[in-house]
Amino acid sequence: MYKKGIYEIESNEPLTAAVWRMRLAGDTQYITAAGQFVNIAVEGCYLRRPISVCDVDEGHITIIYKTVGRGTEIMSRMRAGERLDLLTGLGNGFSTDNAARRPLLAGGGVGIPPLYNLAKRLKAQGRDVAAVLGFNRADEIFCADEFRALGIDVRIATTDGSAGIKGFVTDAMRGMDFDYVYSCGPLPMLRAVCEATDCDGEYSFEERMGCGFGACMGCTCNTAGGAKRICKEGPVLKKSEIIW
Amino acid sequence: MVADTSVTLSGLRLDNPVIPASGTFGYGREFSEFYDLDILGSFSFKGTTREPRFGNPTPRIAECTSGIINSVGLQNPGIDAVIEHELPHLRTIFHKPVIANISGFSIDEYRYCCERIDKEEQVGIIEVNISCPNVRHGGMSFGTSPECAAEVTRAVKEVTTKPVYVKLSPNVTDIVSIARACEDAGADGLCLVNTMMGMRIDTVRRRAVIANKAGGFSGAAIFPVALRMVWQTAQACRIPIIGCGGVSSAADVIEMMMAGASAVEVGTANLLNPYACKEIIEALPAEMERLGIEKLTDIIGAVK
Repeated sequence: MYKKGIYEIESNEPLTAAVWRMRLAGDTQYITAAGQFVNIAVEGCYLRRPISVCDVDEGHITIIYKTVGRGTEIMSRMRAGERLDLLTGLGNGFSTDNAARRPLLAGGGVGIPPLYNLAKRLKAQGRDVAAVLGFNRADEIFCADEFRALGIDVRIATTDGSAGIKGFVTDAMRGMDFDYVYSCGPLPMLRAVCEATDCDGEYSFEERMGCGFGACMGCTCNTAGGAKRICKEGPVLKKSEIIW
Repeated sequence: MVADTSVTLSGLRLDNPVIPASGTFGYGREFSEFYDLDILGSFSFKGTTREPRFGNPTPRIAECTSGIINSVGLQNPGIDAVIEHELPHLRTIFHKPVIANISGFSIDEYRYCCERIDKEEQVGIIEVNISCPNVRHGGMSFGTSPECAAEVTRAVKEVTTKPVYVKLSPNVTDIVSIARACEDAGADGLCLVNTMMGMRIDTVRRRAVIANKAGGFSGAAIFPVALRMVWQTAQACRIPIIGCGGVSSAADVIEMMMAGASAVEVGTANLLNPYACKEIIEALPAEMERLGIEKLTDIIGAVK
């Protein structure tokens, strides 16, 4: 179930040179799982901007977004007190009803935020959660302390070696003990993580969207279970469904 | 003054002229979560073909100034699945006659699909999308020649009892000649226009944004072009026209009707705001009052 609503910006602050965190106040009853997204109408842009939900509590949504184009640039200039029109409760998020005892969260760049609320949910269930977070450089790192504050074992990988392990998320995963993978990040990373692990898992995908709620068929991908819409049956797909 | 928003299409009375356009409303499922679909005049379901189609590779969507380009490629489950699964479900969420949008890549395919959908009680009008490439004519769209457009119209009329509306492509040199050819071939009405061919380039990656390079441009940006084509066609044809292309407000609905449309399809606006049709329908009476319109049918073709 999804819904359109007006949300007030409570804060909007940069975490790195290009990554921003925005906290919005409004109705959150339609957000039911980590990994779902909101679709934001940005003044001056024709299409809405789909952004994954980083965290949610009663009455508040936190999103973390990267300024990659006009829409997100405009968002980054918005101030507390301004209002945004959001569709919430979109997409099929991560499931937390599996039997995994030691789940690994593998995130890259702006793929990391949706794993944060997932981490919270998994910790609340008493699971032994670990996270590997990948960035390009040390000065692009965000959210790592927030994950650590949840009591999670966090490993960092940077491609230039300026922080943590030099290399990719998959390099930092070596030798770790886990029985399930939740991953979100760029497509090559998702594929590498999937191919480097034997265990089952769930992977969150990105695609250019039209509507974000399943009407336009703009973001369809092929899966083992037939055609699926990234915005509706996704963005999270089970490992067994994915055709790389 | 109680505004009368009702209109008639080939004997089919609609409570209001607002019809979600094919390809922007699926088979109604997604929007039924937002509002009661029975407020709609009717709705035109997703373009349906004989075989199931996956459609084109992604990216399928490119944003433009006041519009979008799409290259979905007629993704649909095929006519059998539509009749078996979608129409029975649709009956539970929409209790008015629906417009069945049929696409095809050959005359046989149009004939087959229209003959089958004609037997479905809940279908009020068959809308034939002739913008598809004609496989036997080197892939040129049926809608780009008066002869091909007339051939499809005749073939479909032979096997159907319901009103047939032909949805025209705007990517032509003379839309009026094609509209006339369809009328002469027995079309009960016309729907114009479909999307306009467009393209965007990702200048960083130096490649087309859309995987298929080009696609159909739609949205508010095309409204003036669609309006002009509706107006031109209305001057030349007697059969009813459903105006389509960039309609985003009650004011647009009225403008389209003054140009000669008997009803209006709303497409891309649904994708930006899932409540677009509901909001337009709710805004219509006030807009009519503002313009001193008592009966919406009074203004059809008011501009000569």
